[in-house]
Amino acid sequence: MPDGAVMPLCEPCHPQPNTPPAVVLDNLVLERGGKRLIDGLSMTVPAQGVTAVMGPNGAGKSLALRLIAGLIAPSAGRLECMAGEETRRRIAFVFQKPVLLRRSVRANLDHALRTYGTPRRERAERLAELLALGQLTELAERPARVLSGGEQQRVAMVRALAAAPKVLLLDEPTASLDPQATAAIEALIRRAVDDGVSIVLVTHEAGQAQRLADNVCFLHQGRLREAAPAAAFFHSPSSVEARAYLAGELLI
Amino acid sequence: MQDFGAAFAEAFALIVGLDAELVAIIGLSLRVTFSAVIIACLLGLPLGALLAVGRFPGRGVVIVVISALMGLPPVVVGLAVYLMLSSAGPLGVLQLLYTPTAMIIAQAVLVTPIVAALTRQVVEDLHGEYDELLRSMGSSRLGTIATLLWDARYSLLTAALAGLGRALAEVGAVMIVGGNIAHVTRVMTTAIALETSKGELALALGLGIILVCLSILINAGLLGLRRTAERLAYA
Ligand SMILES: Nc1ncnc2c1ncn2[C@@H]1O[C@H](COP(=O)(O)OP(=O)(O)OP(=O)(O)O)[C@@H](O)[C@H]1O
Ligand SMILES: [Mg+2]
Repeated sequence: MPDGAVMPLCEPCHPQPNTPPAVVLDNLVLERGGKRLIDGLSMTVPAQGVTAVMGPNGAGKSLALRLIAGLIAPSAGRLECMAGEETRRRIAFVFQKPVLLRRSVRANLDHALRTYGTPRRERAERLAELLALGQLTELAERPARVLSGGEQQRVAMVRALAAAPKVLLLDEPTASLDPQATAAIEALIRRAVDDGVSIVLVTHEAGQAQRLADNVCFLHQGRLREAAPAAAFFHSPSSVEARAYLAGELLI
Repeated sequence: MQDFGAAFAEAFALIVGLDAELVAIIGLSLRVTFSAVIIACLLGLPLGALLAVGRFPGRGVVIVVISALMGLPPVVVGLAVYLMLSSAGPLGVLQLLYTPTAMIIAQAVLVTPIVAALTRQVVEDLHGEYDELLRSMGSSRLGTIATLLWDARYSLLTAALAGLGRALAEVGAVMIVGGNIAHVTRVMTTAIALETSKGELALALGLGIILVCLSILINAGLLGLRRTAERLAYA
């Protein structure tokens, strides 16, 4: 690479020594019904820190997370888990609409621990930890699906943490939450970051991205329009689309 | 009318006095039907779950066939099982015809499609909701089926109760393969048919009353299940 050339963020071919990125997306395409919903998406999920994914409704943010999680197969392109199979199994997902089992809060978390293969003798202790982490101890025996939206979101969040994930995909985890519930979720995110989890956070809240994110990827119409360190992105977005989005101007 | 009044009085006397024959018939009925429903659940739950979760060639055909079998007249099931078990049939050597075992088989054949079809429906809906979550958790195929069956437990109990109601009420299948032999294969419905045709209404009425009560009990159970499921948001 010649001197002075601008190196794209987290260029896949230049991993930092000792910390290869967790996941690399290389020119991913997703077609449905002749439409390119994801159009040549290349981005890197670093081994640590928070990557915010922003963009207007329908930009393809949720689809991008599903691709990273391996829940849908790309029509073209490559997706690589640098740390191998082990990482792939330890990508946890918190969906835009929380999906909770028809069981108590405790049983939901226990199910997750069993599914993630936590050894039997560690389970009770981990379960108590997770309940405390999500401030759910009081609610442990309640049916999960009668909880409030914010409480459900906290269950979904600590359930994902039950995986002891390497990568945590969060799809608008605080949309429709009150400030206090939002703060609780953000605290959980910070703790996970401190534990070395790499987080991909889809959010529409610029404030939240500024508080939490190291880098921002901006998507529009299935394409990556901008990838920049958070400070730079919010100070002076380089793409027209990102500028319009942040100014609250409608994008099609 | 005089006779009916007397018959009713006698019927109640039989019930209250726990008449030995009445109790024996009810006991056999319950034994046959419960055994059949348990077998039908053991077969129908995994079959339905597999059809809901699996993707294999011929799946659509199996689903259609099972749905069709759901509405099969009991006499036809009785006839089919009779042909299988009769001494000229493929299972004739077992000499099961006119035994309670034959009745259990016939009712299990009758109820299995009901349990399988309802299970398929319920589990498929739930799978649509849970699929991405369970896949993101790396759940195994077996783990996924177990999760779905457990979380559909209220609806599945409903399916089992529906099967129980149908088996308890049917007369055609048990009549054909059981033969309605006194003290051996005589159950509530076949006894009612026989006693009524003989004009001996007391026992028929007594059994009829018990059947109605059981039916009410089953439906109360269904309602209770639905209420509980809704209260817990598990519906
Ligand atoms: N299975 C599908 N088949 C066809 N189109 C789809 C499918 N899934 C998503 N889409 C379309 O792809 C586009 C991107 O969807 P996606 O859910 O990723 O948006 P998003 O960026 O998450 O939006 P939001 O901010 O509203 O959550 C949308 O226009 C959506 O209608
Ligand atoms: Mg979305």
